[in-house]
Amino acid sequence: MTVQELPGAGASYRSTPPPAWRPRTDAAPLLPDPEPYRVLGTPAAEKLDPELMRRCYAELVRGRRYNAQATALTRQGRLAVYPSTVGQEACEIAAALVLEEQDWLFPSYRDTLAAVARGLDPVQALTLLRGDWHTGYDPREHRIAPLSTPLATQLPHAVGLAHAARLRGDDVVALALVGDGGTSEGDFHEALNFAAVWQAPVVFLVQNNGFAISVPLAKQTAAPTLAHKAVGYGMPGRLVDGNDIAAVHEVLSEAVRRARAGGGPTLIEAITYRIEAHTNADDATRYRGDAEVEAWKAHDPVELLERELTARGLLDAAGIQEAKDAAEAMAATLRERMNAEPVLDPMDLFENVYAEQTGRLREQAEMLRAELDAEEQS
Amino acid sequence: MTTVAVKPATMAQALGRAMRDAMAEDPTVHVMGEDVGTLGGVFRITDGLAKEFGEDRCTDTPLAEAGILGAAVGMAMYGLRPVVEMQFDAFAYPAFEQLISHVAKMRNRTRGAMPLPITIRVPYGGGIGGVEHHSDSSEAYYVATPGLHVVTPATVEDAYGLLRASIASDDPVVFLEPKRLYWSKAQWNPETPAAVPGIGKALVRRTGTSATLITYGPSLPVCLEAAEAAREEGWDLEVVDLRSLVPFDEDTVVASVRRTGRAVVVHEANGFAGPGAELVARIQEKCFHHLEAPVLRVTGFDIPYPPPMLEKHHLPGVDRILDTVARLQWEN
Repeated sequence: MTVQELPGAGASYRSTPPPAWRPRTDAAPLLPDPEPYRVLGTPAAEKLDPELMRRCYAELVRGRRYNAQATALTRQGRLAVYPSTVGQEACEIAAALVLEEQDWLFPSYRDTLAAVARGLDPVQALTLLRGDWHTGYDPREHRIAPLSTPLATQLPHAVGLAHAARLRGDDVVALALVGDGGTSEGDFHEALNFAAVWQAPVVFLVQNNGFAISVPLAKQTAAPTLAHKAVGYGMPGRLVDGNDIAAVHEVLSEAVRRARAGGGPTLIEAITYRIEAHTNADDATRYRGDAEVEAWKAHDPVELLERELTARGLLDAAGIQEAKDAAEAMAATLRERMNAEPVLDPMDLFENVYAEQTGRLREQAEMLRAELDAEEQS
Repeated sequence: MTTVAVKPATMAQALGRAMRDAMAEDPTVHVMGEDVGTLGGVFRITDGLAKEFGEDRCTDTPLAEAGILGAAVGMAMYGLRPVVEMQFDAFAYPAFEQLISHVAKMRNRTRGAMPLPITIRVPYGGGIGGVEHHSDSSEAYYVATPGLHVVTPATVEDAYGLLRASIASDDPVVFLEPKRLYWSKAQWNPETPAAVPGIGKALVRRTGTSATLITYGPSLPVCLEAAEAAREEGWDLEVVDLRSLVPFDEDTVVASVRRTGRAVVVHEANGFAGPGAELVARIQEKCFHHLEAPVLRVTGFDIPYPPPMLEKHHLPGVDRILDTVARLQWEN
């Protein structure tokens, strides 16, 4: 029996959709522009705020130096691991700069630079990667969530926090960072869905750096862009050149403004590139060629801004030197502080598992105490 | 002095009342989950909460357990006390990464700066004729995760008292609700509920001298019935209700077993590496010289939860408990 033969199926069959079928008509405006948004090197750069851009430049130079110093510390065995953001500094810094003091940043393990640019002490930001504790700072004090190692699991936290803040009547926006690989995780999907349904004041920034460790984007997703994923959840998707700090800052600012004004979440895909390996444990030459890396080096976020600002007379040699000196001073202090052995108390292992220690943990703490005492006496 | 009439109430009503009272007293308490709002939950445990406190405080969420618990983490980070419903035991599994990687560890990761006062309600266990994925006893997964408290009530009084204690706790609590006891009744006064011991305290539900049955949640009524039946065989059984699996009240268990010299652990969950394995190990360590017989277990079989028409063969029943108790007549 075909549909036409169904009893009662006449000309009017399916003439009215069932009540639950309500097609959205606003899908098209949610679609990202086909080309990533750019400012540097385009006529739009004429409207740049010189003060903001000089600050961005200083932060970029400092961020590049921070990356170099952290990588060096890994080679010296001072850090257990460091996931570099060389090439991605524009995203990290713009993410930190667009937030107000009361806003929250939700970083992944790669985003220590964003935390530092937000004002966190670099040593506190690197504690996890040094290995003396998991989170080296009080998240509430800095409004920076703990660096998340599991992929995309911090995104639903950002949604929940933003939702809670709105329920309490507070003006708080949450900005969550995730990589291209993280967009394949279930938590990415659930977070975006919750955010859109709740119209939570949250912004998702995907730093598409080309590879999830070794797996290229083409093997990660069949979507035209990662920004397209927004449409299915009912939020706008934006595509931006992730190496153009002016563009990233503008797109993020707009999304943050929208969220703050009650307009709901936005998904932003910043197209960038990880110049260095995933971490020091990775051999990037196994999955990509030099030509590709060199091409991206020619689109360097620090140089892009430096060229624009110099050409416009907003930055001179003295300004460049000043930024370099400040970065060098930061690196020297960081090096010195990281060379000091962290003070560890093994008894900390039993602290803060529960508000009140359980009997079981008390017994185990006593056992370790006795072992430590015996070690001391021998 | 006026006396309020004590009426029969079900465990389901006591659980709902606990959330209602917690929400009324503390505006930071939020109930959330699939179907908890308009419908009042598939078991009607949250009935009336959305009406009384509004949809912002009793929220129907999208159907996504990782998202529900993940959002609750963020809400707790901002100072709320989320009470999350997982609807059915086996539906909680998508949320395990959030539970284990974040909920259980946040206090520790942040050196105490960011405790997460989240209560995760998990209706668990069999005996209600549910089809597959609706009857798992998943407590072994929870108790194996440091940083979580795991509690389970077996009485109407405890359903109220333990849930209030869980919501008030500054640590995350996995609150296991024995769903086949939802409709069990007791004389209970919702206006002035009797105070019960909080998280971490076991209770001797029946005193005895011949042997101790150690149990919790859905197996408590079965053990009490077995203890009554055992009198005919000349056994005077003590029954300990753990109430809290983490922390585990070793003192009460050890004191009881030292008194009786014999013990049987009873639970629905699979025996292999189940909670009973840990309990037996602790009893052997602490009571070795007091024991007159090996400590035995009566548990569910080591099989995936069976289809409803066969579950009666899997679940520990009175006969299986009595047969096991008979084996305590140990001769070298």
